[in-house]
Amino acid sequence: MSEQQKLERMLAQGKISRREFLTRMSALGLVAALPSLMSDSAFAAKPKKGGHFRLGLGHGSTTDSLDPGTFENAYSQTMGYGLRNNLTEVNADNQLIGELAESWEASPDAKTWTFKLRRGVEFHNGKIMDASDVVASVQHHRGEDSKSAAKAILESIVDLKADGKNTVEFSLKEGNADFPYIMSDYHIVVMPAKDGNVDWKSGVGTGAFALQSYEPGVSIKMKRNPNYWKQGRGHFDSAEMITIADVAARTNALTTGEVDAIDRLDIKTLHLLKRNKNINIIESSGNAHYTFAMLTDIAPFDNNHVRLALKWGLDREALLQTILRGHGYLGNDHPIGRANPYLAKDLPQRNLDPDKAKFHLKKAGLSKLTVDLSAADAAFGGAVDAAVLYKEHAAKANITINVVREPNDGYWSNVWLKKPWCAVYWGGRPTEDWMFSTAYAAGAPWNDSHWKHDRFNELLVLARAELDEAKRRAMYHEMQLICRDEGGVCVPLFNNYVEGLSKKVGHGKIAGNWTMDGLKALERWWFV
Amino acid sequence: MLNLVKVVAQRLALGLLVLFAVSMIIFLGVELLPGDLCQEIQGQGATKETVAACRKELGLDLPPVTRYVSWLGGVVQGDFGVSLANQREISELIGVRLSNTVFLALIAAVISVPLALILGLLAALYRNTIYDRMVNVVTLTSISTPEFFVAYILILFFSVKLGWFPSLSNVSPETEFWERVYRAILPATTLTLVVVAHMMRMTRASIINLLASPYIEMANLKGLPRSHVIVRHALPNAWAPIVNVIVINLAYLIVGVVVVEVVFVYPGLGQLIVDSVQKRDIPVVQACSLIFAATYVLLNLTADILSIVTNPRLLHPR
Amino acid sequence: MSDSIDTTAAQTADALPPPPKQGRLSTAWRELKKAPLSAKFGLLVIFGYVFVALFAPMLTPYGESEIVGPEFEPWGEGFVLGTDNLGRDMLTRLLYGARNTIGIAFVTTCLAFLIGGVAGILAAALSGWVDQVLSRLVDILMAIPALIFALLLLTIFGTSIPTLIVIIAVLDSTRVFRLARAVSLNVVVMDFVEAARLRGERITWITIREVLPNIMPPLVAEFGLRFCFVFLTIAALSFLGLGIQPPTADWGSMVRDNATLITYGDVTPLLPAGAIALLTVGVNFVVDWFLHKTSGLRE
Repeated sequence: MSEQQKLERMLAQGKISRREFLTRMSALGLVAALPSLMSDSAFAAKPKKGGHFRLGLGHGSTTDSLDPGTFENAYSQTMGYGLRNNLTEVNADNQLIGELAESWEASPDAKTWTFKLRRGVEFHNGKIMDASDVVASVQHHRGEDSKSAAKAILESIVDLKADGKNTVEFSLKEGNADFPYIMSDYHIVVMPAKDGNVDWKSGVGTGAFALQSYEPGVSIKMKRNPNYWKQGRGHFDSAEMITIADVAARTNALTTGEVDAIDRLDIKTLHLLKRNKNINIIESSGNAHYTFAMLTDIAPFDNNHVRLALKWGLDREALLQTILRGHGYLGNDHPIGRANPYLAKDLPQRNLDPDKAKFHLKKAGLSKLTVDLSAADAAFGGAVDAAVLYKEHAAKANITINVVREPNDGYWSNVWLKKPWCAVYWGGRPTEDWMFSTAYAAGAPWNDSHWKHDRFNELLVLARAELDEAKRRAMYHEMQLICRDEGGVCVPLFNNYVEGLSKKVGHGKIAGNWTMDGLKALERWWFV
Repeated sequence: MLNLVKVVAQRLALGLLVLFAVSMIIFLGVELLPGDLCQEIQGQGATKETVAACRKELGLDLPPVTRYVSWLGGVVQGDFGVSLANQREISELIGVRLSNTVFLALIAAVISVPLALILGLLAALYRNTIYDRMVNVVTLTSISTPEFFVAYILILFFSVKLGWFPSLSNVSPETEFWERVYRAILPATTLTLVVVAHMMRMTRASIINLLASPYIEMANLKGLPRSHVIVRHALPNAWAPIVNVIVINLAYLIVGVVVVEVVFVYPGLGQLIVDSVQKRDIPVVQACSLIFAATYVLLNLTADILSIVTNPRLLHPR
Repeated sequence: MSDSIDTTAAQTADALPPPPKQGRLSTAWRELKKAPLSAKFGLLVIFGYVFVALFAPMLTPYGESEIVGPEFEPWGEGFVLGTDNLGRDMLTRLLYGARNTIGIAFVTTCLAFLIGGVAGILAAALSGWVDQVLSRLVDILMAIPALIFALLLLTIFGTSIPTLIVIIAVLDSTRVFRLARAVSLNVVVMDFVEAARLRGERITWITIREVLPNIMPPLVAEFGLRFCFVFLTIAALSFLGLGIQPPTADWGSMVRDNATLITYGDVTPLLPAGAIALLTVGVNFVVDWFLHKTSGLRE
């Protein structure tokens, strides 16, 4: 048995952790071999080449662009992963594998990370990708005048430099064992550099597809990159992504064969769509979740008993059945989901209990409570309905919720982070640290509950640099518990990604980390 | 005739004034909208620093008056600027969309105008009969059904059940002419159902209106056939209001079709302006509004000229 | 589509007979009995709707936003018309919808006619700079596509029912203004108005006693259509995400919420759509009859 097989066996039996496995594999210089090893072996149907793939997506606006710093919806993200590659990639089993990076290693304090690049990878314009392209692509999101949405997640980088043509070195402010995960983010794609600046306008990348034409908000057309370096990926001859904002129009396009796949199916009518024999419905559970965020520095939400009363006053099961019609799973008032490595599975599930809610109200010195809940369908599909249901449930605990329907337009700038209590959507993050630092750490720009918890913040820093698996797990479990019982966010549901495919489309195991097979449908799927 | 030229010149000058006022109102309106382009584009991912950097890069940190004046300066020289969101030339961005919008409006007009006239004439001819009532009920029902719903029903029958027409009308500049026509049939039919009732009822009403006139009664007394009386005697005098309503509906076909565009994924101006309003992309919103306003002004002028030309009393006022 | 029928109406005013001077109410009943079947049908529909709107709480089996069962229950025992996407009784929602939709549409239309009508008659009666200012203002407002304008204003001012009413009313009033001004212009130059002026009557007296009665028919006809267009505007706005606040039931939003069902051949969304259509047909039958009566055509 080769070393590699041995490691795989140990991983499968749970004797070593995924992290350890990867470290040891990369020590063997085997990361490059991972894609073919770890994905889809159970779905052995052999991919075929050819065909013109048409994908109808609910997102996409005429104001979109090819600048990855502006990617904010599944349309541009899927497009980005089709045209370009990252240093690392999260595969369908939620494991981190190398993409443009062949291997990587950290200094013992996890403060310095060195990525070895794959050699001889060609951009669509014939240029050979090297370290300067990677540096420029990361720098694109950094610096004073960067307007990139990825600026915040790269804040921890102090410096990065190219070391020769094929090595890039990152120095971080503090140790971060999860840093390679960040490099798989859809913003941080590698683009060709010229004089230290990246060229994003041309859409040139190293991805499975090369750009043909792009009309923002309408469609993008791409053709296969004949020199794609990744084995077993990129099967279609050409691909087209069409923005179809209206869900009924999207569904019709799929049933009439105008497109081969669509995202964001209408859950309410899914049972009717299932009758169609030409359509496959695929579903994956990941980390995407719905929340009701309370500003913990504003009365009455500054009182944890009030927050607990509200958390106990919601019938999550009913919400799951009504809003998602069962296509999701219950949230436990913390943001860690099934695609995260350290989900505390044994934490008791919170559900509706009007007596407990009343008990906490009493503790807060109240006999009844009246609060406003802001919602709009811009937060998540069905947010307004969810708020209305919440109102009905909470009434049993003497809590009156006034549902305030906010305009969809400008929801994220005018309501979120501003109104004391509002509905929020989170796409989730691949790691606990990333999720917690983004939205739960004290002072984080997107901490939508203005929550400050000393023990929690202390653990966050400790866990980040902790390389011992068991200790880390224990810390993350404690943090989930703190979040559940003292946090400012009610997390009722995790939603599944539900997509519709024509029976002609073949696929491997569907990734749960993002929609559209981890946003990589373009290169992962094929026609049978 | 000289009179007519003077009227046209006057109206065009006023039209320019209207365009100017519209551009100010729209600018003010978008300014008043909560949030700006930088916040909207970055959405949930916005932070103070990135928003500030974005504003600086796009000049959104300048006072509104400065921005409006510099925009106006550009427009006067025929330069509409670039989209703030993705730096594309607005003339290029709008050109394709505008031709798509006009194309769809033309197809819808070619179907709906003759249809409305014929239905209206027949309804006037056979007024208060079962036919008249049926036409009224059908057109009123179609006009009072929300557009997107009419579209869904058409899609259900003609693309899902029968498979005659595609449910998407996603044309691109490379699409062949006849393919374009084929893809535009369902949206055009939807629009037809929406506008036909208005024009048909107007035709009917303005003809019936004239039927009490002495000269029509005279013609009737002479024993001329009813159809002859209506087509040869009543219709020429009923033109003015009919033309007016036709023109108003043509304007609607150009400026009011955003919902139909969304349902059929037709890349026209309506979708562009709604997207741009949502993202606060002012130069694009401005350019689209000016096109819409100009369409309205020009079509209105056309209607007035046509009614003057067809009515000698208006051509030579007392 | 939502633009007015102003020119016909202007034409109508041209051909108007002098207003009937006496016994309006007493003759009304006699006229009604002679009315064609379609007008009787229309009146029946209108009275039916008004009745339902007024007494909705007494007619409905459940509360307006009460969740009474599972979602999308089929028609049958317990829920006559099934349940909606949240498990609320469809029949209840429809009946309450009558109340909210008609109420909102009625208030909006009245407001639009009050603003547009008064301004239009004033513009015609006073002429000169008042006319110029008002007309140009309306030109400008009408040159902006109504839906886009509504979208802008609703985003600025929020989507509460009062703002919705005011915004739609103001936008609609521009159409009413054009009509009112056009028909009044035809009336104010008539001999009996000139005579009143020479007698030294005040402008308000002239407007109320001489102009208003003569421009009523076209205004009433316009009222009928405008009234129905308000539903459509609300439906289109809810398509763009700016409709009426939940859990208030209104037909426009109900069509929107259940619209996807129609793609699977389920007729539920036809109910609110049909409710709007039936009312439109009914109202316009009555309007047709009214126009027919005032056109002086004897047939």
